[in-house]
Amino acid sequence: MLTVNRYKCGYCGACVGVCPAAALELVETWIEVNDDCTKCGRCTKICPLGALELVKEAQT
Amino acid sequence: MKCDLVVVGAGPAGSMTAKAAAEAGLDVVMLEKRQEIGDPVRCAEGVSKAALKKLVELDPVWISAEVKGARLRAPDGTEMVMSENRAGAEVGYVLERKVFDRALAQDAAEAGAKVMVKTRALGLLWDGGVPSGISAQFVGESLKIEAPLIIGADGVESKVGRWAGLDTALKPKDIEVCAQFLVQDEKIDEEYCEFYLGNEIAPGGYVWSFPKGENLANVGIGILGSKANSGTPIRLLREFMKNNFPEGKVLEMMVGGVPVSGPIETTTADGVILVGDAARQSDPITGGGIINAMKAGVMAGEMAADLVPKGEVDKESLQIYEKMWRETIGKQISRNFAVKEFFVDLTDDDLNRLIHSLDGIDVAELDLRGLLKVLIRQNPKHLLKLRHLIV
Repeated sequence: MLTVNRYKCGYCGACVGVCPAAALELVETWIEVNDDCTKCGRCTKICPLGALELVKEAQT
Repeated sequence: MKCDLVVVGAGPAGSMTAKAAAEAGLDVVMLEKRQEIGDPVRCAEGVSKAALKKLVELDPVWISAEVKGARLRAPDGTEMVMSENRAGAEVGYVLERKVFDRALAQDAAEAGAKVMVKTRALGLLWDGGVPSGISAQFVGESLKIEAPLIIGADGVESKVGRWAGLDTALKPKDIEVCAQFLVQDEKIDEEYCEFYLGNEIAPGGYVWSFPKGENLANVGIGILGSKANSGTPIRLLREFMKNNFPEGKVLEMMVGGVPVSGPIETTTADGVILVGDAARQSDPITGGGIINAMKAGVMAGEMAADLVPKGEVDKESLQIYEKMWRETIGKQISRNFAVKEFFVDLTDDDLNRLIHSLDGIDVAELDLRGLLKVLIRQNPKHLLKLRHLIV
């Protein structure tokens, strides 16, 4: 899943601009991720501060 | 709530739209999701003096510094200087965006627009298959605003266009990802905007230093998204600081993304218009967006005032806006996109050679376009691909 480290995030919205699924939203000082996220990873590469990360989900 | 026009976003594009439409008699509501207009800043704040003067009455309270010119530094350290009134759109004033953006919103309010802060647009309202307004959240409470026309001035993270079915998603090669420090250092040149080029320094972009007053400057970096990796901008900016301003103190930190996609296929849909960064109207070479955003805002606002009373807000009627901006600011955006596509793949050797080719030429006599012309003249083989663009 996509995780946002809100302590690192500078809430600039660059990730929202590149998201092909329109799954991200910038709400004042934090980023929200909805279920449309395809885990493509585009946002993680362009984040100026490296606040976004794709984390493998634990098998349940 | 009902009105003639909803503007989503109170940056320069939104405020100019709201002001133009309200002045022409429309009942306008402008929404800003942040609780403070203009803050946090996501901009290097440089703007052309002449261009700004034509759009708004200058007020010293939002001008941080005035600059004489621009200095370009090649990867090998060779420098060239361009003088102020010819250096292109990004040299002239360095603004205080926090004050500037709010002043423009105040102008819109004085013209009669209603401004709502901490109010976030959540989606479009629909009626019979066409947008009929905006659903929003006003300080946490839901709010519906009915209007026949919606202007998306919602920046790089724009959603309005996507809700209307326009694909505004930026590919990594179409965005510059940026980080910036407000730096205090005695070494800062207070008279010139500086641009540092090089694939090691800023892959597919550049580092800038824009003076903000005595011993102060916005020192920032833009990197092409396709050449970046997680956190590259902040890492390279810190490296640049270590090498160039080791004693510099950081008073503010800013990050942001700048569209450099060139004109997108469409910026209008039934009942919807995009302006500014939302319409990807920023300049693909310089990354400057303020002037284009303000110009597009005036066009959209004046056109809205003409079309809304006639009930002509379908996509076909809105082609007037599409045509108007493409024939004005769009031309330079297209040309600079093509030039940028060429420049981002140059090696450091290429960049050094280009700057060296200007040795002995009075570069003070050039503007950005003139500079490109001379570069092509001096380097006909290397810049063959650009010849048809710069005439």
